[in-house]
Amino acid sequence: MYATRARLARLEPFAVRPGIAERLGLPYMDAPLALCAAALAAFSIFTLSQSTLHDVPGSPNYFVDRQAIYAVLGIAGMYLLARIDYSRFRELRVGIYTFLCVSISLVFVFGFAARGSRRAFDLPFFSFQPSELGKLLLVLALAGFVIDGARNGSDRQRTVRYLCLGLAPAALVFLQPDLGTSLVFGAITLAVMYVGGVPWTHFAVIGVAVVAMIAVVLAVAPAIGTPLLKEYQTERLTSFLHPSEDPSDAGYQQNQAKTAIGSGETTGRGDRATQTRLDFVPERHTDFIFAVIGERYGFMGAALVLSLYALLIWRALRIVTLSKNSYGTLVAGGIAAMLLFQVFVNVGMNLGIMPITGIPLPLLSYGGSSVLATFLAIGVLQSIHMQARLSQRGRFAW
Amino acid sequence: MGSRLALRIAIFGGVAVVLFAVLFFRLWRLQVLDGEQYLAEAKNNRTREYKVSAPRGEILDRNGELLVGNRTSLALQVNPRKLPEDPVERRAELSQLADLTHSTLRRVRRTMHEELKLAPAAPVTLRRDVGRFLVYYLQENQDRFPGVEVQRVFVRDYPNPTLAAHILGNVGEISEEELKEARYRGLQPGDEIGQDGVEDTYDRFLRGEPGLTRIQVDALGQPTPNGRLVTKPPAPGESLKLSIDADVQAAGEAGLAAYGSGAFVTMDVHTGEIIGLGSSPTFEPALLTPPLTQKQVDDTYRNPAAPLVDRAISGLYPTGSTFKLITALAALEEGAIGPTDVIVDGGSITVGGQTFQNAGGAALGAVDMTRALAVSSDVYFYLLGEEMWDTGGLQRWAHKLGIGRPAGIDLPGAEEGLLPSQHWRNQLYEEGGTERPWSVGDNIQLATGQGDLQANPLQMAIAYATLGNGGTVVTPHVGKEITDAAGRVLKEFDPPAQRQVKIDSGSRSVILKGLHDAAQGGEGTSYEVFGGFPVQVAGKTGTAQRVGQADQSWYVILAPYPDPKIVTAVTIEEGGFGAESAAPAALQILEAYFNKKTTGPAGPNGGSPG
Repeated sequence: MYATRARLARLEPFAVRPGIAERLGLPYMDAPLALCAAALAAFSIFTLSQSTLHDVPGSPNYFVDRQAIYAVLGIAGMYLLARIDYSRFRELRVGIYTFLCVSISLVFVFGFAARGSRRAFDLPFFSFQPSELGKLLLVLALAGFVIDGARNGSDRQRTVRYLCLGLAPAALVFLQPDLGTSLVFGAITLAVMYVGGVPWTHFAVIGVAVVAMIAVVLAVAPAIGTPLLKEYQTERLTSFLHPSEDPSDAGYQQNQAKTAIGSGETTGRGDRATQTRLDFVPERHTDFIFAVIGERYGFMGAALVLSLYALLIWRALRIVTLSKNSYGTLVAGGIAAMLLFQVFVNVGMNLGIMPITGIPLPLLSYGGSSVLATFLAIGVLQSIHMQARLSQRGRFAW
Repeated sequence: MGSRLALRIAIFGGVAVVLFAVLFFRLWRLQVLDGEQYLAEAKNNRTREYKVSAPRGEILDRNGELLVGNRTSLALQVNPRKLPEDPVERRAELSQLADLTHSTLRRVRRTMHEELKLAPAAPVTLRRDVGRFLVYYLQENQDRFPGVEVQRVFVRDYPNPTLAAHILGNVGEISEEELKEARYRGLQPGDEIGQDGVEDTYDRFLRGEPGLTRIQVDALGQPTPNGRLVTKPPAPGESLKLSIDADVQAAGEAGLAAYGSGAFVTMDVHTGEIIGLGSSPTFEPALLTPPLTQKQVDDTYRNPAAPLVDRAISGLYPTGSTFKLITALAALEEGAIGPTDVIVDGGSITVGGQTFQNAGGAALGAVDMTRALAVSSDVYFYLLGEEMWDTGGLQRWAHKLGIGRPAGIDLPGAEEGLLPSQHWRNQLYEEGGTERPWSVGDNIQLATGQGDLQANPLQMAIAYATLGNGGTVVTPHVGKEITDAAGRVLKEFDPPAQRQVKIDSGSRSVILKGLHDAAQGGEGTSYEVFGGFPVQVAGKTGTAQRVGQADQSWYVILAPYPDPKIVTAVTIEEGGFGAESAAPAALQILEAYFNKKTTGPAGPNGGSPG
């Protein structure tokens, strides 16, 4: 921040007194990106306010109040991160990576179990899920390692190193077990490697390995009697291939979500919504909030949300190209991939074309860890944008 | 930024575009293209529908007197899905239920089997009209009788259990075959429909529309709080007003009951409105609603006296001398005889070696048309039959007046009977169905309503009405009006006449005079019965000989004379002479219709042979 101010003073000697916006750094931020994120958070609060009135007896605004607090905290965090030069994270990569792995591991010791999975700490005000913030931490650390190790060892050695660095925390998350988040970790790892220039041939090999692994996990391992996934996980992963009428089935839930969205038609059913109001669709404030939007606000509402995400990711990809240094490019690429992957998998799951993996919809799904982590990630993008604008300005002035 | 990196970023962007395109198209398809279907699915998802049966419309007589109404009844139902699954427990519960409903395990099982074939998984009604104490008992011991439900249902209520039974018909659950018929489209197994009589003919008006209660349920099928959605109240059936006069109907049925098996029809000669129509023996429509007891089955369906048969419209009888009206009209109109031509009745004639006698063999002396009808001279009509034996004139006129053809009444089960003719018998003979072709004897038999002739009281009433009204063959009907619950007339039934028959007014008055003399002239065949009746009438007795049975008594009467308003036809199986049973029964009907009592000489056994 001091550096920024000093540079400002130097670059604009004739500016007698910089305006308040200038001092806050607002002109250097990507306004569409910030507005997009804020709009999605607002949409989330609006949807929750209409659809979760009766979820917690006695406090109709339970989810709304909390989500609003998370959003405010998230926006504050986004602003703070935007004003920090992200390049410092590159230097802190080892510390970040260590913190990432330790915080995830600590969940096994101190975390509380919910539905057969330990993935969060129970803090006084909310339960903190390290793996959510971990997504951003992994991007920051892994990008640093990639830049740093660019000159060490052969291509193959580097690829293996990045994979190991990325997949170690992913494995920890997987063991919680939290399949969805571990998949996000995997996607982030691959994206950072991709932007980092890992040869195409390596990706081909990785692709083959992934396909083989899926086959082993879903088909071969259960067949030889040593299943690697819990039964509910396998069922959820494959249910979108065989919708079911049995209410206790994962396929049934997915069917209900699909029916909910379809029944919204063009303009939505508003308060006459039944699918998402009467418990036909599970997890309606978190993983299946898109189904709520689809049923209540119809194609207009759902398409608006999708458009906001498209805009968000377009701005993120734009920042990838604007970055003043390779580290920024890698970080922005990782974050863009993280957002894209989560949006596609979650919305696809709601629409019945992707498996149920328990990945939240960034900014829309209720949940403090996810909302905060997403805003922070966008804060990092803003930081990259800001630094790029400032340096461009410097170049221009020179 | 290097060009290789730029390519990678571009590909990244391309992938993002493709993924978003997939999501958008999928969303478009779900919500915009297939939305309607998913909406229907969602609605179906959250609601359970319960049918609320509609009460059937009431059936009233022409003066608004209630003939059939409704009452609520408690029905004992068994929900097969909630019965114990263990066969031993199941059996124990069913046999307990059988005991409680005075039935047997076998019959309970059979009822369930049959009902479940029609409507799988639907509750099976074991018994209607269960007593309150049984209901209390079942409610107190609910845990011992899983799957047993008591439901309030509408059942038909008959203020007078047998009155007009054949006209009204009964109601019953729709059968598997009926469900496929076009007229019952939209009905479901378990729905009640009219099975006979006007309940059947006018079913679509009477049926009403069942209401629907939609209850919103959550994912577990539990009703949600305030989940009672808009319910469609059942639309009660529309009321049917019949042209029947309950008093005339009751009098007719009492008349029949006094003399045994038989039938009667009383009809307005101008409009074809049936004022009374009955058949004896009769039945109680209320008892025909399943499940029936064995005794009920024996008393109705297996009874050799066939109480369910409506003899008034489906009887196949020779009509005896009541047919002479037709012979007389045919002879006059065909020119076979003049109205004043006199024939000397010697008591018998011999044609082709066969001797035909007057009933009782009495010689009646000189008879013209009027007197021949009044004293019922068989010889006179034998000669007319002989005269027209190969001209077909008699058949032509009988056919015109409706003999041997559908009567067109709005009741199911009417028979058209048989009008024997030269063509008919000769064809039958060629096919080997009889041992001889048409002969003059056949026509002589027909001329006096004997031989192969088959007709029913309704057809005779139509024939007499046609003469009475001067040539209009009316369409008989019992349905008069459809009214809504508030009594507003929604529809009137006034079927057009079937056809017009040109009848010379001179012939008509000669014949009517003859019939009048028969009823109220000093030497008339039914003078003993109608001589003292204060209204002028024109009536003809008939005594039909039937193989292996006692004579069948007939009486058909037009009143008042000379401009008749109504016709009444009565027949009593094995009732003897026309004046012996049918005429007194007809008198009771006319007394009820004109609300007048006979004052003069009359006795049930009076009169001379018809």
